[in-house]
Amino acid sequence: MSKFKKKKGGDLPAISTASLPDIVFMLLFFFMVATVMRDSTLMVSNTLPAADQVQKLDKKDRVMYIYAGKPSDRYQAKYGTQARIQLNDKFATVQDVGAFVLAERASKRQELQNVLTTALKVDGETNMGLITDIKQELRKVNALKINYTTRLGAYTQNFN
Amino acid sequence: MPKRSAPEVNAGSMADIAFLLLIFFLVTTTIETDSGINRKLPPIEDVVDPPIIKERNIFTVVVNKNNDLLVEEKPMNIKDLRAAAIAFLDNGGGKGEEACNFCQGEKDPSSSDNPDKAIISLKNDRETEYQVYIAVQNELVAAYNELRDREYLRLYPNDGITFTQADKIYSDPRTSPSTKEALKEKLNTVKLLFPQKLSEAEPSKTN
Repeated sequence: MSKFKKKKGGDLPAISTASLPDIVFMLLFFFMVATVMRDSTLMVSNTLPAADQVQKLDKKDRVMYIYAGKPSDRYQAKYGTQARIQLNDKFATVQDVGAFVLAERASKRQELQNVLTTALKVDGETNMGLITDIKQELRKVNALKINYTTRLGAYTQNFN
Repeated sequence: MPKRSAPEVNAGSMADIAFLLLIFFLVTTTIETDSGINRKLPPIEDVVDPPIIKERNIFTVVVNKNNDLLVEEKPMNIKDLRAAAIAFLDNGGGKGEEACNFCQGEKDPSSSDNPDKAIISLKNDRETEYQVYIAVQNELVAAYNELRDREYLRLYPNDGITFTQADKIYSDPRTSPSTKEALKEKLNTVKLLFPQKLSEAEPSKTN
């Protein structure tokens, strides 16, 4: 039987993993450069409605975000299932929107203060009443440029 | 005693450390930029006497609390909205000074005089769903974009692009300032032909 015994030296040499760190570092640098830190955790469900006539919202330093929608599952016990507004990391009421916008505006550079856009990231199933109220508040503080943030898709996806 | 060479540092865990960092950045990354429908809200001011607008120049769109659409006092399916809005905007039924020389519509005297005069009025109930409202907005913007695309191609056939494409190039931060300057003028010309006059009803005080 020893006839069929493999020769000792015939084993495949182990693949060198010495270049693995290099590859991983390459990926790492890519993501480091491409990263924008998520600045707030979502506390509301946020399925954006679909639209296809959209414009891009470049230049993140000129945008402030207002989220709205039903509180997510783990907050529902405390806050109920009515749609609510989220500003930064807190639930807020409609009355807080004005103060939030003014504070955000004050924190931006002088030359950007007049070109700020308010991005409304609102869950598709929210009632328009809440959005109308937010829009009224925005008008009161003269933050007139708004963007209804959507995801790209045919409008028919909004009817189910 | 024989001189020992310094032991080599084991670099095997380097990959682990790099992976750890990599995963952290992967999780915190949001690469995609947001996109959406841009709108401008009207400033709050007391209009002493609102300008008188002829009924035929207003295209009323009402969305009720059951998400049904009422266009010009008739119920309508949303898939017909874009065509209806285009027909209204492009009608050009005006005569004399108000005539529209580039419109290709039916010149129906009971519809809008001129795209410059035509106003789309959008009204929604407090219980309308947001996604339906966005769908309606989307279709109305699409109507404007379609007409603007047509005019852009007619006026600047050599560019070989449509209005929406030109607008995308214009708002791209990588576009050079000289290209932007050239585009801006063309975009504004087309925008003046079909100005986006989309008015939203003030929220009613009752209810």
